[in-house]
Amino acid sequence: MNEFENDALVLEPERYELHNTNSAYRFDVGRRGFMGSFAGGILILVAGKGTAQERPQQNVAQGESGAGRRGGGNAAPRDVGAWLHIGEDGAVTVYTGKVEIGQGIRTSLAQVVAEELHAPLAQIKMVMGDTDLVPYDAGTFGSQTTPTMAPRLRKAAAAAREMLLDLAAEQLKADRTHLVAEEGRVSAGELGSRSFGQLTKGQKLVKQIADDVPTTPATAWKVEGKPAPKVGGREIVTGKHEYTPDVKRPGMLYGKILRPATFGAAAVSIDTSEAAKIRGVTVVRDGDFCGVTAPSDWIASKALAAIKAEWKTPADAVSTKVSSKDVFEYLKNAPANGGGGGGGYGGGNNNKGSMTDGLAAAKEKLQRSYTVAYIAHSPLEPRCALAEWSSDGKLTVWTGTQRPFGVKSELAQAFRIPEDHVHVIMPDMGSAYGGKHTGEAAIEAARLAKQTGKPVRVFWTREEEMTWAYFRPAGLIEVSSGVAADGTVTAWEFHNYLSGASAIAPVYPFPNTHIQFHNVASPLKPGSYRGLAATANHFAREVHMDELAESVKMDPLAFRLKNLPAGESQDRLRAVFETAAKKFGWGHSKPAADHGFGIAGGFEKGSYVACCAEVAIDRAAAKVKIVRVVTAFECGAIINPDQLKNQTEGAVIQGIGGALYEAIDFAGGKIVNPRFSRYRLPRFSDVPVLETVLIDRKDLASAGAGETPIVGLAPALSNAIFNATGVRLRNMPMAPGGAIPELKKA
Amino acid sequence: MSIELRVNGATHRVETDPQCSLLAVLRDDLGLTAAKYGCGEGACGARTVLLDGKPIRSCSTRVSVAAGHAITTLEGLESAGKLHPVQQAFIDAGAMQCGYCISGMIMSSVALLKTNPHPSDAEIIRAMDGNVCRCGTHPKILAAIRAAGGAR
Repeated sequence: MNEFENDALVLEPERYELHNTNSAYRFDVGRRGFMGSFAGGILILVAGKGTAQERPQQNVAQGESGAGRRGGGNAAPRDVGAWLHIGEDGAVTVYTGKVEIGQGIRTSLAQVVAEELHAPLAQIKMVMGDTDLVPYDAGTFGSQTTPTMAPRLRKAAAAAREMLLDLAAEQLKADRTHLVAEEGRVSAGELGSRSFGQLTKGQKLVKQIADDVPTTPATAWKVEGKPAPKVGGREIVTGKHEYTPDVKRPGMLYGKILRPATFGAAAVSIDTSEAAKIRGVTVVRDGDFCGVTAPSDWIASKALAAIKAEWKTPADAVSTKVSSKDVFEYLKNAPANGGGGGGGYGGGNNNKGSMTDGLAAAKEKLQRSYTVAYIAHSPLEPRCALAEWSSDGKLTVWTGTQRPFGVKSELAQAFRIPEDHVHVIMPDMGSAYGGKHTGEAAIEAARLAKQTGKPVRVFWTREEEMTWAYFRPAGLIEVSSGVAADGTVTAWEFHNYLSGASAIAPVYPFPNTHIQFHNVASPLKPGSYRGLAATANHFAREVHMDELAESVKMDPLAFRLKNLPAGESQDRLRAVFETAAKKFGWGHSKPAADHGFGIAGGFEKGSYVACCAEVAIDRAAAKVKIVRVVTAFECGAIINPDQLKNQTEGAVIQGIGGALYEAIDFAGGKIVNPRFSRYRLPRFSDVPVLETVLIDRKDLASAGAGETPIVGLAPALSNAIFNATGVRLRNMPMAPGGAIPELKKA
Repeated sequence: MSIELRVNGATHRVETDPQCSLLAVLRDDLGLTAAKYGCGEGACGARTVLLDGKPIRSCSTRVSVAAGHAITTLEGLESAGKLHPVQQAFIDAGAMQCGYCISGMIMSSVALLKTNPHPSDAEIIRAMDGNVCRCGTHPKILAAIRAAGGAR
């Protein structure tokens, strides 16, 4: 495999929203021309036909079909000029479809290019996620930027450097082998030197990137492997950086969308007459779509509130019938949904040996269930899009998304226009965490803009973001296992219902396993999340490992190491366990009264993590305080250690929310708590002392780091709480509402 | 109606509904977009601005309430091209990931350091607990505030 192959190959089976190619809306636009502006009045609709606005109950068939552009037409370009341009002034412009959402790739990818091109870092400008300027990219997800885009840009920059050396040899009439490229110049000793800009004269770099173009090994890196200040930092601290909601266009209007009363509800009647009377307001209706525009956000909100609508909730829909209180019972009994139920998901090697033999060899046997709740990504910037149509029918949309090209396709499909009529621009975003793969706001803004002939911004409220986007799915995990007296796990059966198959296969090479992901229809719309299913699968696995260790009276660390014989992956996992344990002082001291120590670790997306946690318990209040978390993380060769630390610590802190507090409550097709005041996010007072050890493996390719560091925290906390209290917590969040229910009972 | 606002030392007259939020007026009428919408109910701190030096949530403050007071937004901290010490401390500490919360973080920090130039960690945490950072940059933000406090 080389760096320029199809990157759609990395899609995971449970990245639900990427497999759903249906647009959120079915517009009449383009089918029978546009409906006129709605001048108000009552429109009676026939209920019964499924509304197209949202279909939370629909869970698309998984597998290898339907996800974006597949097949051979999607290879990345091999021309240097597609990736990189050198201006006459020496400014280097780099083009990538990956987007900056806080993870720091605007900086780290520039470091990669600076390294290979031998240009100063400050001379490099990244153009990211602008679909008119950059090569096609499936999206920024799955921790794929570092393992896939960095090698591509590295080779593109290396190829450009070789071109510069060729040009310098020719222009300076020098022996190519004596040339030195450094700091944006090629020098030929006494024969003089030329800047990169002088060499290329700003012309397009026309050359194919060869597979064998020489690149710098990590051991010889000068720019990579070191911290570099965040590009754009000054713009952020001065407020000058324009996020999508900050972008303004001449004549821009503010749009608001009418939402159904419940998921899947069909409109019985919508009366827009009062809204239409408000000065400056335009009402737009198209099938199930109803929205308003106004000269200010304030007036648009008033107009929306003035619309009277009646809705019919689909009584039989799973989104109506199932609530957060009975969701796990539902998951256990729901029929398998489509192609996702096979036993083969999760990285192979899932079924081996014989469970019967494994259990027969066991001294202790355990059967346990674990659950995780639906949670909301809660990026601080909710979905936002600004859409503008040109007079010749072309559409430009500024929007915060992890998939600019995905949104481009959605727009082309929704408006039945050729893809080359759509231009998506993605300003660096107030983050996403896997939550912005879809283009709802973009389609809504474009529909309103089409009608009004003016640029329109649609900026979702927090409540909309926590209701009409998608959720990290809930999950039920059932584990049956057996362990021999010496601590060897002899049997391992693992069933995951709904939450997903990522990291479902353990690194521990258990001899007898049956591991299965059961895909069932989700009551709420499911989608990606940082560490998606890996969090649930690690929570169940690593808490269960602790329970097995307890059953044979072994130290939790020793028990894990016992089940990690030599092997490439096992050695890397063992290394992070041992590193974290050493830094933590595991085994050297006993916790104070009402304190507990816990350990957990694992592997996902090419990288390895181990967490040691100390907690303090307030027994009277049934509360837990995280005192200290030591994380060891290894993702191959480190490109930027500062940013890696940000990603690692950021994941651990974000993980506190899902581990202890966050849960979406829903009932009757509604979200009960779609607000920050009713949805507890990690805050400063939750953050423990964090110690992070990054293991730099310069002998290994760099893997992504955005997700994996989140998976170790929750099980480490559960195990630490058990260590402190003797109470085993098997449900995430462990302290919903701030207190631990099992401790209140105990 | 017409309302007069004093923002970052300049006086502006805006035509607006007095019930409208201060933040909407700052962002949409005055083009001061540093303060952000995050939750709309004062629970995330992204919209923090200073009213007579005290931090307020501009999303849950009506514009009419702010009339006649000195309003400071992030745009008003830099003077003559020189960053405010708190802004500089955030850069030096690398205290940002996506950056969307940073305007509110800096404004809350400025307000804290004005009344308490050398806060303890516990005091910083208490003052900043209403500001949400979803990227988990808290350790570096704490370091930045500590450094800015020490620098005074």
